[in-house]
Amino acid sequence: MIEIKNLSKIYFASGHEVLALDDVSLTVKKGEIFGIIGLSGAGKSTLIRCINMLEKPTQGSIAVDGREITLLDQQELRLARQKIGMIFQQFNLLSSRTVFDNVMFPLEITRVQRPEATKRVQELLELVGLTDKAGMYPAQLSGGQKQRVGIARALANDPKLLLSDEATSALDPQTTRAILKLLKDINRQLNLTILLITHDMNVIKEVCDRVAVIDNSRIVEVGDVLEIFSNPQTPTSHSFVNAVISRDVPVELLHSSTEHGGDTASKLVRVSFIGASAGKPLISSMIRRYNVDVNIIYGNIDRIKDTPYGNLTLEVLGHPGLLQEALDYLRGQGLEIEVLRNA
Amino acid sequence: MLEVLGDNSWMAGAVLLATWETIYMVLISTVLSYLFGLPLGIILVTTADNHIMENRVLNRILGSIVNAARSIPFIIFLILVIPLTRFLIGTPIGTVASIVPLTLAAIPFVARIVETSLKEIDQGLIEAAISMGANARQIIGKVLLPEATPSLLLGVAITAINLVGYSAMAGIVGGGGLGTLAYYYGYQRYEDTVMWITVIVLIVLVQGMQMLGDNLANKIVNKRR
Repeated sequence: MIEIKNLSKIYFASGHEVLALDDVSLTVKKGEIFGIIGLSGAGKSTLIRCINMLEKPTQGSIAVDGREITLLDQQELRLARQKIGMIFQQFNLLSSRTVFDNVMFPLEITRVQRPEATKRVQELLELVGLTDKAGMYPAQLSGGQKQRVGIARALANDPKLLLSDEATSALDPQTTRAILKLLKDINRQLNLTILLITHDMNVIKEVCDRVAVIDNSRIVEVGDVLEIFSNPQTPTSHSFVNAVISRDVPVELLHSSTEHGGDTASKLVRVSFIGASAGKPLISSMIRRYNVDVNIIYGNIDRIKDTPYGNLTLEVLGHPGLLQEALDYLRGQGLEIEVLRNA
Repeated sequence: MLEVLGDNSWMAGAVLLATWETIYMVLISTVLSYLFGLPLGIILVTTADNHIMENRVLNRILGSIVNAARSIPFIIFLILVIPLTRFLIGTPIGTVASIVPLTLAAIPFVARIVETSLKEIDQGLIEAAISMGANARQIIGKVLLPEATPSLLLGVAITAINLVGYSAMAGIVGGGGLGTLAYYYGYQRYEDTVMWITVIVLIVLVQGMQMLGDNLANKIVNKRR
């Protein structure tokens, strides 16, 4: 759906050159929810704004649905933008219009006939659950309701792609979840591709299929969300993942261990499990089979989009030979094992 | 008011006529100055850097013309445009003739006041409209003007009030209205009563215009709140 190649953006601010995007290449597939995460100033906002040309790229190409967007003339660009919806952190609703007329606005731009447009607005308000607020002005709505209007407005002209520019960053956690659920529903119902940017890994965890991590104007890591959560490759990704699920074991645990005799070995391991294996009693069957003791140090089960994901930090004690076999057994069952300490 | 005048009840008619002339001059020149000043203000805003019709050259040229016109004191402006007034109206004297300098002086003022109102609009709203594929005309007509309506209405009140003052100045050089009345009777014939009545009428006029502007603007703001 989106094919970005070697995209660079340089700003000129008071005589200085500022490199906002440095040779960014990225592919977003049709129908997926793709997240771009980065700290403020990393360049994510510039990146998403390049996709509908709110920012003009300095170099590189961006194809949306097979069409090179950087080469369009003014008129073609306007038509292309009508098929790319966008929602904003500050909602950007017109205070002079009611909820109904705000959603009508994009249909006026594309000159849809009034009766048809009215019907469309009613459908959209129903979709976002705001039928009863149609006659209200944005100032009379809560933040979550405002963003729902923003979403209805962005969907008015049946876009192929929805860009979400920190759409939940101004909302409380509960409202954020509700809005993310709405985005997920829309993605499924309309098979709409969504590209979102955020600084909140919870947003990625909640809705995204794939994620790109942007740091210092560059994409440092791209992959399936599950993959990045279970095995982050870069320090930036690592710190984002840790902000949401705690994977780090306290240092003192790495150096201390349970008292054990000479013929017993001890290993501190982290066991990560994803999806189906999260439901099986693998640990207890390992204990029975290999006659090992297990001391649970820390455990956590979470959900990444719709897949259960868990990790356990265990101290496993037993006969040195059997200990190794026990861990291999777990590996054989599809768990990911990381040995943190040998003793 | 009529009892105060006593034997001088002729004054009532004169004051009423002059008041009407002033209202007429101010009303027509306000409308005309917006006819030209509003588009000029819109162009000043939208051709500014990073706006929807960015055009640095046009913006600087128009800006300089507006500034130049606004630096001329109105009393001098009155005299400067006499040839033009004579050409357009046939005479530089009278109520209708006054509309020419009043309108011309108000246009650059209106342009700046409109510019100030439109500049207050959140850039995010304009960006949202651009992201939907709106063209410049749609952004002006559906975003800028409706969003700025309360502020624009207050600008109309300020303009009209300014024009009341200007019209009194025009009156001194034969423009008609309350200015002429105050000058002829109050200054040249030492009829203090006429002058004071004129002052009171002017205060009431200005007060009324401001209230009208405030009320209309508040009504819109309250509806949207």
